[in-house]
Amino acid sequence: MSLLDVRAVSKNYGTLTALSSVDMVVATREFHGLIGPNGSGKSTMLKCLAGAEIPSAGRIHLAGRDITTLSPQERSRAGLSLKFQITSIFPELAVYDNMLIALQARQSIAGLLRSSSRDVLHAKVTDSLDRFLLRDRQYDMAGELSHGQQQWLEIAMALALEPRLLLLDEPTAGMSPQERRATGKLLQPVRQQCSLLIVEHDLDFIKDICDFLTVLDQGQVVASGPVTEVQNDARVKEVYLANV
Amino acid sequence: MPDVRRTTISVLTAIELALLALALALPPFLENFWVLFITKIFILSLLAISFDLVWGYAGMMSFGQALFFGASGYVAALLSQKTGISSVFVLLPAAALAGLLLALLIAVLVILGKRTPSLAFVALGTMTGSYVIERLARGWSYVGGQNGISSLARLTVGDFEIEEGILFCYMALGVLVVIYLLCRWLVRSQFGLVLAGVRQHEGRIAFLGYNVQTFKAVIFSFAGVIAGISGALFAFHEGFVGPGQLGPVLSTQVVLYVLFGGVGTLVGAIIGVAVLELMNFLTPQVEFFGPVVKKFLETGWPILLGVLLLVTVLFRPTGLMGFVMRDRSRSPLFGKKEAAGDAASAERS
Repeated sequence: MSLLDVRAVSKNYGTLTALSSVDMVVATREFHGLIGPNGSGKSTMLKCLAGAEIPSAGRIHLAGRDITTLSPQERSRAGLSLKFQITSIFPELAVYDNMLIALQARQSIAGLLRSSSRDVLHAKVTDSLDRFLLRDRQYDMAGELSHGQQQWLEIAMALALEPRLLLLDEPTAGMSPQERRATGKLLQPVRQQCSLLIVEHDLDFIKDICDFLTVLDQGQVVASGPVTEVQNDARVKEVYLANV
Repeated sequence: MPDVRRTTISVLTAIELALLALALALPPFLENFWVLFITKIFILSLLAISFDLVWGYAGMMSFGQALFFGASGYVAALLSQKTGISSVFVLLPAAALAGLLLALLIAVLVILGKRTPSLAFVALGTMTGSYVIERLARGWSYVGGQNGISSLARLTVGDFEIEEGILFCYMALGVLVVIYLLCRWLVRSQFGLVLAGVRQHEGRIAFLGYNVQTFKAVIFSFAGVIAGISGALFAFHEGFVGPGQLGPVLSTQVVLYVLFGGVGTLVGAIIGVAVLELMNFLTPQVEFFGPVVKKFLETGWPILLGVLLLVTVLFRPTGLMGFVMRDRSRSPLFGKKEAAGDAASAERS
């Protein structure tokens, strides 16, 4: 069953066409990679999905609900979560409090004023930090973590919202090879929880982790399908995967 | 590794307690002029705290806090004059309500929209509101026009009149302490954690599903309540309310108090008011450096003040409190408390 359904989405900036009638489907529990050369429209697509941009044409449905024009917070409540390309955590808050701030996002303002969910969420905070190997850094400021650990923290925060679909914008950018391998391992269990849509430059990483690929070039879909099929596609090889 | 955070919080608490002890002990030993002077400091501290909540904690630059301060002063003064009511238990809540309603109105116009408003939009929107209301008050004879409303009756508790002096001073201190503690609790709650998030990365907070505008509107309205109470106390302490209490000049003065004392620290707002008001009063009277310097200070003191503030903002943007308090200790530290809790439960078991 399709979880994310992108139909004929276009995005124009004046006379520049960043996306031209893009179709894309992500199924439930699927790990889907979105790749393409620089300027292919990946980031614009992600912005349209996240709500940072509104498409010029076309519709986006998440679990049957039209989210095309919803605000970021409404999309979040509809089950969409994301990790930004530039690490977006709260550097002057403790790692523990970063996690708490994500986990308490569904609480009412009255509840937050009373700090009523703090004890209830404690186990969830420590579990999430355990899962992403951050428990021993929980009382450090998030800004003091290594780049890779900051990325993990952000993924953990995005998952705290129990999303149906998690968008990851270049999750391994700037990571060491060890951190990349660890990230792949950390993401595997996410399959039990939600679908993933990953924009990534590291093709080895994306081939290892994803089931399906969509390849964009000049704002259009060049190919879409299972990884093995797409990487053997002649046109894909021509525009992007020539060296793979 | 030394526990820096716990140390800085202790320093903060020590400063708070020392200031409270000083404020409690000092009034009986002061001449009446100085009692009136520190009462004014207590009242203006409330206004400064209201701005600190809005700017220092929620990241909204309000150049219109005097709007809520002055308008609530007018409401309380008119209520007292037209109905003869002087009870502090009626006039202060009425002023708080006026502050709340006005802040809600401005929040609807400036803050609550589909997208988060920019810093400049909020600053200009609030400043415009402050300016418009001041002009309105100056031209409206019902509220005394340029002259404002004077000869206000004294506040009462039952049949007892609260005379300006020691009694009023302690009442203002009492209100300041209660509101300070309320704000301290608020900024250190899970709600305060969201505010810290808004300050550090507003975009991320929105993508986590929080409605940033609602949080901002809540804190803005609460600040309006505090400014309202402050405005009514000021009006009845001075026995007068005028257009100057509404406008951008006082609104800007509040910004300077907080920038100088320390943004986002609460106690810094009080220190900023106290230090700047004392300097404002004392510096033009300094004779120590001779008659030429004295003459300069009498007329040129605002220039010196301006330079001092510029230096503060350029070299110590965290204000005076920045010398003793690290930026990170402005935010709640739930993780740290859990650490203490874990240690305590480990000891018990």
